[in-house]
Amino acid sequence: MLGLIKRDITLALRSGGGIGLALSFFLLLVLFVPLSVGPDREILTRIAPGILWIGALLSCLLSLDRIFQLDAEDGTLDALATAPFPLTGLSSAKAFAHWATTGLPLTLVSAPLGYLLGLPSAGYLPLITSLAIGTMSLSMLGMFGAAVSVGIKRGGLLVSLLVLPLYIPTLILGAQTVTRTINGDNSGPTLALLAGLTLLTVAVVPFAASLALRANLR
Amino acid sequence: MFEIQNIDAMRGSRRVLSNVSFSLNSGECLILRGPNGSGKTTLLRTLAGLTPPGVGIIRVNPDEVVYAAHLDAVKPQLTVAENIAFWHSIYRTPQNGTLERFDLKDLAQRDAATLSAGQKRRLGLSRLHISGCKIWLLDEPTTSLDANHVTQFAQIINEHCASGGIAVISTHLDLPLRDAQSLDLTKFIPSALNQSDPFLDGIF
Repeated sequence: MLGLIKRDITLALRSGGGIGLALSFFLLLVLFVPLSVGPDREILTRIAPGILWIGALLSCLLSLDRIFQLDAEDGTLDALATAPFPLTGLSSAKAFAHWATTGLPLTLVSAPLGYLLGLPSAGYLPLITSLAIGTMSLSMLGMFGAAVSVGIKRGGLLVSLLVLPLYIPTLILGAQTVTRTINGDNSGPTLALLAGLTLLTVAVVPFAASLALRANLR
Repeated sequence: MFEIQNIDAMRGSRRVLSNVSFSLNSGECLILRGPNGSGKTTLLRTLAGLTPPGVGIIRVNPDEVVYAAHLDAVKPQLTVAENIAFWHSIYRTPQNGTLERFDLKDLAQRDAATLSAGQKRRLGLSRLHISGCKIWLLDEPTTSLDANHVTQFAQIINEHCASGGIAVISTHLDLPLRDAQSLDLTKFIPSALNQSDPFLDGIF
């Protein structure tokens, strides 16, 4: 399983369009917000948590359809499915590698981007914590969408349509964690719920994804 | 021991082959023959466990089976050595001289993207050796290999069978294999009469 994670991260680093695409999209999206709503500091400060979370979520979507598609096209997926390697392990490894190459870098650049939007200093710690935890569930759910649509050519749009509704709870809890901290409310419960949601997806989604893969390999 | 009893090979809802039976003991090699579209690939996918058979029984331990399909399962962004190391990590087998055996030693540090079709094919086939599995399922393994390497690969299959392995191969080319059995798939193609199912009529 470690071998698979290592290979996927190497592939994402070597074939451009993986990490760089998600990061530059995130950067541009966040930079466009002040251009469109104006430089009013008060408004920007208020919407910063939401913008950063939506930006991270949309950037995550960009590379979802590549999770299984490339392996399916060159026969690696068939070979992995017939190897003595459980499909649940394959799904988990794929989602983890996706998180390491999108969720993690997005989390790391969110702090400087938060500064650009004038995020209050109290907001940085909850922003980074909630993104680090929440993007893991985004990758897990996205991996499920990719597994469902693996046989379909140009399935990227379909993956987004399948996955976006599933992202709603993560988005609400993640953005609320930041907003509540900034407003001086107790953000503990929302962060705990977010962590619980992530743990649930980590535990359950690989099984659903392995069933979807099995059906698509026929 | 690899035993197939009365299986139907399905492609989607279509019955491609019906009532296929054979059994292979350790050291035996079976060549599947039949024209294009006669169901060789479908049968191999069924044997590999990718497609469940419509009916029938496949008696085999799935962990002992390795399947080499039309596609090579080679990652162009990785070097030859990295591709091999990856499959070793998946099958949890130690390095066992795969590079030498498949004549890839000089190519070890090359990106797989720069390989020729035949070299890529050899890298794809090396997965059989890496896996350490007993049962090899091969779908047109010699496509794009040159004559020398075809002989070399046949030798590898011979050695695999001599050491107690089993191979099921679909091929049009005559491979120089020792005592290979042959199975003509055309006799398993279901007649049009059997294909119509009164309960399915009108559904599609």
